[in-house]
Amino acid sequence: MITISGLNKRYRTAHGPVDALCNIELTVDSGDIFGIIGLSGAGKSTLIRCLNRLEEPDSGSIVVAGRELVGLDRGALREARKKIGMIFQHFNLLDSRTVFDNVAFPLELAGCPKREIGPRVDEILELVGLHGRKQSYPSQLSGGQKQRVGIARALANHPDLLLCDEATSALDPQTTASILDLLADVNRKLGVTIVLITHEMQVIRQICNKVAVLDQGRIVESGSVEQVFNAPRSSTMQLFLTHSAPQQVNGSGI
Amino acid sequence: MQEDLLPMLASGFAETLYMVVLSTLAAVVLGLPLGVLVVLTAPGHLEDSPRLHRALGTIINIARSFPFIILIVLLLPLSRFLVGTTLGATAAVVPLSIAAAPFVGRLIENSLKEVEWGKVEAALAMGASTLQIVVKVLIPEALPSLVLGLTLAIITITGFTATAGAIGAGGLGSLAIRYGYMRYREDVMLATVVLLVIFVQAVQWGGDRLARRIDTKHHRSSKDRI
Ligand SMILES: Nc1ncnc2c1ncn2[C@@H]1O[C@H](COP(=O)(O)OP(=O)(O)O)[C@@H](O)[C@H]1O
Ligand SMILES: [Mg+2]
Repeated sequence: MITISGLNKRYRTAHGPVDALCNIELTVDSGDIFGIIGLSGAGKSTLIRCLNRLEEPDSGSIVVAGRELVGLDRGALREARKKIGMIFQHFNLLDSRTVFDNVAFPLELAGCPKREIGPRVDEILELVGLHGRKQSYPSQLSGGQKQRVGIARALANHPDLLLCDEATSALDPQTTASILDLLADVNRKLGVTIVLITHEMQVIRQICNKVAVLDQGRIVESGSVEQVFNAPRSSTMQLFLTHSAPQQVNGSGI
Repeated sequence: MQEDLLPMLASGFAETLYMVVLSTLAAVVLGLPLGVLVVLTAPGHLEDSPRLHRALGTIINIARSFPFIILIVLLLPLSRFLVGTTLGATAAVVPLSIAAAPFVGRLIENSLKEVEWGKVEAALAMGASTLQIVVKVLIPEALPSLVLGLTLAIITITGFTATAGAIGAGGLGSLAIRYGYMRYREDVMLATVVLLVIFVQAVQWGGDRLARRIDTKHHRSSKDRI
């Protein structure tokens, strides 16, 4: 589903250059829930934002669903983005639109005919458990409900891939668990591949089948979740494991 | 008070209203693209272009630093060219619109740049074009603030029309000058001032109400916002 090779990204700041990503090599298979974990500043957001080119890579190749993203012109990039959903830490819903109209937004952008938008929005709201709230405005929803709208919006246009940028970091533990359950659910039901970034072990433990550990812009370790949790090779992963309560790997979480 | 007062006020007010409405419309037509372009070309924004951004900013600043009365005089030839005369309410709409457009552009810029960048990024991630983001994200999300900006623009333009009235544009301003000042009709002077004050208050009240209506529709409860 995704093949990243030789990906580099450097920010030029007032205090000199920052190498946010150094020579990233990564493969994500179709149907994976792929977690990228790392400390703050490791480059997680930069990496996931390169996957829909919200961040412009300096060099390297990013192939998503058979299409090379690096070098696409604006029009082609827009088309590619319509098949890559994304959810955000702070949800980024439109306050001027109801829940229904927020979810309809990507379908409008994709030029979907009106008579098809209604049924599709209803269907996807049903899936995320918000069917009763379609005429609400985002300000009337809890954080967890807002993220459900975010997920519905990201999935509306049948994406191949769902990117989650710290999608549960603004939520309490219970809500986090229920949002993660929902993500696992849509992965299973819709077959959508998920890439998520997080600084919380619990997130990886609860839903991911594969994980990569990012440290100072480099992938220091990657593999199946069992493999990495049971025999961590990087000091970053060992640090994460000693600082989180020992729990059953791939257990259903809370 | 004399019996000619009321009809005089009525026609003066009608002329003022005519100038305000037309000039506001024209100023928005000119100022909206200006404000939108200034926002989009800002560093890090969707159409980042430092030179265009700076050029537009400079044009706005220069246009805004002209005293209105000078601008009218400078634009007399343009009024004659567009309207065929330099006198009357319609001729005054030309300098009024041009004087108000950069101001409206700034107001629109200030409203649009307050929209959270995360919303723009979400739209980008969904494959939205720049035009779609302007029409479907920036303007709707900034609507309460745009309404307040428009309210301020209408009030400012009303002030301009009074000035324009002093040099032959008609409306309440010229009434105050021709009767109140030149013919010592204190009743006319007082009545025009009272009418202008009431008009400005009404516009402000209506604008505030409309902005609040939109805002509370979008933010009906604030208790569970994080
Ligand atoms: N827009 C930017 N400009 C300059 N430096 C940035 C920018 N975004 C991120 N960085 C820097 O790049 C590094 C990686 O950041 P980020 O990808 O946000 O890390 P993470 O998401 O893992 O916390 C950090 O050192 C950060 O300060
Ligand atoms: Mg981050």
